[in-house]
Amino acid sequence: MNNDTHYDAIVIGGGHNGLVNAAYLAKAGLKTLVLEQRPLVGGAAITEELIPGYKFTTFSYALSLLRPDIVQDLDLVSHGLMVLPMTNVFQPGFDGEYMFLGPDSDVNFHEISRFSAEDAESYRDLSHIINRVCHALKPLVDKIPPNSVSQHPADLAEMADLNQYMDDLPEDVSAMLKKFTQCSAGEILDEYLESDLLKAQIVSSGIIGSRVGPYSKESGLVWLFHKLGEYDGVQGEWGFHKGGNGGFTQVLARAFESMGGTIRTDAGVDCVLYGNDNGKEGSDKKVTGVRLKDSTEISAPIVVSALDPRRTFMQLVNSDDLPADLVQAITDFKFQGTASKVNFALSAIPNFPGLDGRSDIFTGFTNIGPSFDYLEEAFADCLAGRFSRKPFLDCCVQSTVDPDMSPPGKHIMSCFVMYTPYQLADSDWDSERENLGDTVEATLEEFFPGFSQLVEHREVVTPLDIERVVGLSEGNIFAGELFSPQMFLNRPAPGWNQYRTPIDGYYQCGSGTHPGGGVMGGPGKLAAKQILNDHH
Amino acid sequence: MPETTPFHDCLTPYNETGIWKHWSGYLVAPRYQYSTTAEYYAIRDSVAVLDTSPLFKYRITGADCLRFLETVMVRDITQCAVGAAQYTCWCDPDGFVLQDGVIMRISENEFWMSSAEPSLRYFRATAAELGIQDVEIQDVSREYGILAVQGPHAYSVVSQLTEAVDAMGYFELAETEIAGCPVLISRTGYTGDLGYELWIRAEDAQSVWQRLIDAGKNFNITPIGLEALKMARVEAGLLLLGVDFESARFAWVDAQRESPIELGWRWMLRKPENDPDDPRQFIGRAAIEKQINERSNRWTTVGLSIDWHDYERVYLEAGIMPPKHDLYCESARSVYRRGEKEWDYAGYATSFLFSSILKKPIAIAKLPNDLAKPGTEVDLEISIMHKPVNVLATVQRMPFFNPARKTQQPTSALTSEQPLTGKISS
Repeated sequence: MNNDTHYDAIVIGGGHNGLVNAAYLAKAGLKTLVLEQRPLVGGAAITEELIPGYKFTTFSYALSLLRPDIVQDLDLVSHGLMVLPMTNVFQPGFDGEYMFLGPDSDVNFHEISRFSAEDAESYRDLSHIINRVCHALKPLVDKIPPNSVSQHPADLAEMADLNQYMDDLPEDVSAMLKKFTQCSAGEILDEYLESDLLKAQIVSSGIIGSRVGPYSKESGLVWLFHKLGEYDGVQGEWGFHKGGNGGFTQVLARAFESMGGTIRTDAGVDCVLYGNDNGKEGSDKKVTGVRLKDSTEISAPIVVSALDPRRTFMQLVNSDDLPADLVQAITDFKFQGTASKVNFALSAIPNFPGLDGRSDIFTGFTNIGPSFDYLEEAFADCLAGRFSRKPFLDCCVQSTVDPDMSPPGKHIMSCFVMYTPYQLADSDWDSERENLGDTVEATLEEFFPGFSQLVEHREVVTPLDIERVVGLSEGNIFAGELFSPQMFLNRPAPGWNQYRTPIDGYYQCGSGTHPGGGVMGGPGKLAAKQILNDHH
Repeated sequence: MPETTPFHDCLTPYNETGIWKHWSGYLVAPRYQYSTTAEYYAIRDSVAVLDTSPLFKYRITGADCLRFLETVMVRDITQCAVGAAQYTCWCDPDGFVLQDGVIMRISENEFWMSSAEPSLRYFRATAAELGIQDVEIQDVSREYGILAVQGPHAYSVVSQLTEAVDAMGYFELAETEIAGCPVLISRTGYTGDLGYELWIRAEDAQSVWQRLIDAGKNFNITPIGLEALKMARVEAGLLLLGVDFESARFAWVDAQRESPIELGWRWMLRKPENDPDDPRQFIGRAAIEKQINERSNRWTTVGLSIDWHDYERVYLEAGIMPPKHDLYCESARSVYRRGEKEWDYAGYATSFLFSSILKKPIAIAKLPNDLAKPGTEVDLEISIMHKPVNVLATVQRMPFFNPARKTQQPTSALTSEQPLTGKISS
């Protein structure tokens, strides 16, 4: 174990953004240390072998938004990056109905035509305009966003450039972008499509991980955000990393270590150390290092928090030392986690009546949420302070794609579950954990009769568990809701969206910064760029 | 009417797309699923099975067969032990490559081989010309089907069927039985991954197929078509006749003919520089040696790694998405020298692939010797919105992807569990 007490840079939190950030810093020649409170790195992107041979993707479970340049810049392929395509989406309906969409657009056309010939055609129009909007946003996603508050001429010029860029977008792209930021996913879908089953499948991207229903106005942006990813250039497609997302963060850890970086696990940070630095222009506080929970002090002129904004500004440092408007913005920052995971070890592949024995329906996402009404009802439970009695589920049987996830012939199934509000009105999650597991199992039993008999092991991860284990406040999987008032220029706060903090040398690089959550790595990369700009 | 392979009836139910194409007059599937990339990953992540029965297959026997083969083949066949195989090529007297293929030594005086194009008459006529009498060359193409079982779990699957693969090293082979049928297994393939090829008598095809599929069921065994195979072979740096080179036999001009040196196969020659220990006077030797000694090869076949950022940039500047997914091309693209002069033609790329596992485009190219050194930067021409545009590419050694498992002693997933992470309770 490396026990040095001085580094060029310390990154707090060994999640994917912390590791990406640290790897960029190490690549630039900085002696860099990653501190992780848990015994393993990965944060919310880990794989755990809870029972022998079964590998559970405890929290996050798929990849799409990962910025492609990170793969090249950090040479991740040579450290074992392998993202397998998830080619299908299976959407069971009521009464044995289903929609099965795959990689071939003509086949999809005919599949959608079973429900609506017009939808089959509009689906293409809708996909095309979404692709164009995402294409237009790509440069903004991969750049440090401008500062909307500063009156500095350089910042004003950047804001002017941004406004010009937005003004120059083609009219139809601009109009669609406006819809995404101002309308609900449900409203947009109603405009293009009539099939409830298809709309319910698509809207899953608009509600996922967020305290919104299909017709909540914030769902448009959540939907767009999830389309920004790609699989080998195919917009909005998802992949599954070999060995789960834990396999991915292990790749990041190897890349970081190969660049000379040091990882310390079981090293929770108590606080960031800083002192007065009145001689320095612009900031009167300067970071000096960190103190671990075991009281060890490690010094560094650069400290980066990969934790969420609440922890970065209210816990690691004394918020009294920060400007009041920033503290207010962070206090108002919405976390309100609403998602859980229920992971299963299965003795065999589940069976869908009518498609008996078909394992190909599980090689991508299986969406349980057959109609807008079903989803709205699930959301109504959330608003009433209880978990959905009929939950929305986003399931992956990853062992159908990667046989090494389970013993031969067996399977693992990851189920993302909504809505499960962090704050329960009349109970608490320690009491409700297994009730949630039972509810999810019963829901799956309804669509896949005989499901319960296949269950060999079950793991229930509530928002409270996410908060306790990973440290994400209120269990929000994106380190803060993906709502307009806390995105881009405002993530996590106006004027503090460029990865710096009011304390000189103290930076933020978690998913609570631009571009956001979803195993993107973008925050880690862009924060490193800012740090290196400032120090070289 | 096209011919069908012995496995055609076994494979038909898997062909979701209904698409078949022709390979040497046989029906084969370019892909079975709608996603070529998903099929491709069976090779890299689980286990793929491919019907390569349309290859031409020959049995070469007789007391003089070794003498015949050491005169015809560029690689020294006397170095191929019984129970081993060689990837080799054969040339015309001018040292230009006629074909490549895999040759397997079954016993002291019995060899089996496969090749892409017919060579029966060529071999027989050559033996007669050389005055080698006790050699018999038989065409057994129709008597056998071949299945390639390739991927990290190839051993997990095949080892359930026979113990013959337990100690089988890279490019080794064994005769064994599966489902009571005689099968020749070699640890060879065209994917650059761990894998085996099984020669199965045509009449046994269905029984062996069924055993194989049953054994592979729990490892996601996936029938793959030629498209996925070709993606893998580019990453493995394996050349394809008719794409990366032409047979000298049917060339019109020398520019279409290539020597083993020009194809990057110098490694096939044992101590090539006038080796006094190598007494073989194989066909083309003098010309090849002259080319080596005078460094007169006209070009070298190299790998090109296309700069990812540059590739993205040129498309984004044109306002369109860079094509990547399922992208594999066999049409030639020009390569230019980077310097003051614009469009300074230097050579060309033959195979072009967006490698899903490497997450970047790669190509196989012919470049003049001064540009062939790894690390050299060149421009590769691509067409964007119907206009030629250059992207930065860097010369690199092939293979592009070369997993250790290709040559290592494999272990079965049935007997060894290698946890990815430690057991951590949450």
